[in-house]
Amino acid sequence: MSWRVATLVERNRETATAHTLVLDVPDWAGHDAGQHVDVRLTAPDGYSAVRSYSIANAAQGNRLELTIEELADGEVSPYLSEELTPGDPVEIRGPIGGWFIWRPAQTEPVQLIAGGSGIVPLMAMIRQRASSGSAAVFRLLYSVRSPQSIIYENELAQRARNEAGLGVMFAYTRSAPEGWPRAPQRIDAALLGETAFAATIQPSCYVCGPTPFVEAAANLLIAAGHDADRIKTERFGPSAGGS
Amino acid sequence: MSEEKIVSRGFTGRRAAHTEKLPPGQYVTPDFPVLSATPTPHVPLDRWEFTVTTEDGTLARRWNWEAFRALPAVAITTDIHCVTRWSKFDTVWEGVTIDTLLDGVQTSAQFVMARSYGGYTTNLPLADLRGGKAWVAFRYSDKDLEPEHGGPARLLVPHLYFWKSAKWVTGLTLMADDEPGFWERLGYNMYGDPWREQRYTGD
Repeated sequence: MSWRVATLVERNRETATAHTLVLDVPDWAGHDAGQHVDVRLTAPDGYSAVRSYSIANAAQGNRLELTIEELADGEVSPYLSEELTPGDPVEIRGPIGGWFIWRPAQTEPVQLIAGGSGIVPLMAMIRQRASSGSAAVFRLLYSVRSPQSIIYENELAQRARNEAGLGVMFAYTRSAPEGWPRAPQRIDAALLGETAFAATIQPSCYVCGPTPFVEAAANLLIAAGHDADRIKTERFGPSAGGS
Repeated sequence: MSEEKIVSRGFTGRRAAHTEKLPPGQYVTPDFPVLSATPTPHVPLDRWEFTVTTEDGTLARRWNWEAFRALPAVAITTDIHCVTRWSKFDTVWEGVTIDTLLDGVQTSAQFVMARSYGGYTTNLPLADLRGGKAWVAFRYSDKDLEPEHGGPARLLVPHLYFWKSAKWVTGLTLMADDEPGFWERLGYNMYGDPWREQRYTGD
């Protein structure tokens, strides 16, 4: 798989630490929702650092959107979040990954479960569903620390209002909005039971987030009767989620 | 790769120490990140088994947990390299060499499919599992191997990218011809040598 040169078109702030890079990639042949790309930065002496980032947008011509969580001690994400300037070239290769993907040909119900920046590949699925006119019912359970850490907040609210068959539920682990019916908590069986599709509906489940979150959510799905064969996971450990 | 790289203006990066131990494109982590495509299977030891099947479909070996743990085990200290670019140095394991598990098995197979609980598979040349280069490991850092890291037992083939070290392994199937496993069917390299950066198909 060869490297290609993309150009930064714009960078949009999503939260205090997350940015979306909009890239133009000449002759981009498209991608499936859920795939990722490798991004390569090279110093003047030839030293390179490569990290993988999930694609955030639905396939859309030469446009590629990556939403990147800036890690304070990261090698690559601070540069992409602050220094890369519109018009600058950046090398990418991909799309990569043929497992954690959703395709419009899938008609079964879909349960998405995101922890933190694990929302990114799941957002690509929500966007792909809309742009393909899919009638598959989708439900998103999105666990965040606080209301301020929700990525794509306005778009999710808008889509939940306007798109039939899409449900969006939030769960807060540290601080909830005023008047929220639940105290902040980690995802558990009761929360899953109230917010997610039941196992009897046999949804395809996609779970993405930090490792402990994914372990917990996947185990809860299994305990609730979901078949392991219908659960796909994407995990990033402390250092493996791109830095 | 011989192509010319584009310099990223203002990027300096961090060069790792111990670069002689670090394959190209990797960085060192003190953590042990978990990456897997499916929920973690929880396999009770009284139901665990490990089998070796030859290329003609014959069940050549079968151990339950007790019999497996009665086999001679060795301590292993090794570096591991994940295709997602982290490497971890000097990890400490205990396991049974594949040589022990294949001892006396009659085969002319050149390749192996490792099979795991949960349905995961990965393919390897048989030669890469022989000669004390590969193990079925059941302890990590002086503790029983935790389920999310592949316990009760996982394959350990540290000279290849770590997706070849199948978690939750339950058997080996010898094959006359090479066939792709789970990730290998999804665009990852058939062999996966970190020193040649064989990450994806065609690398």
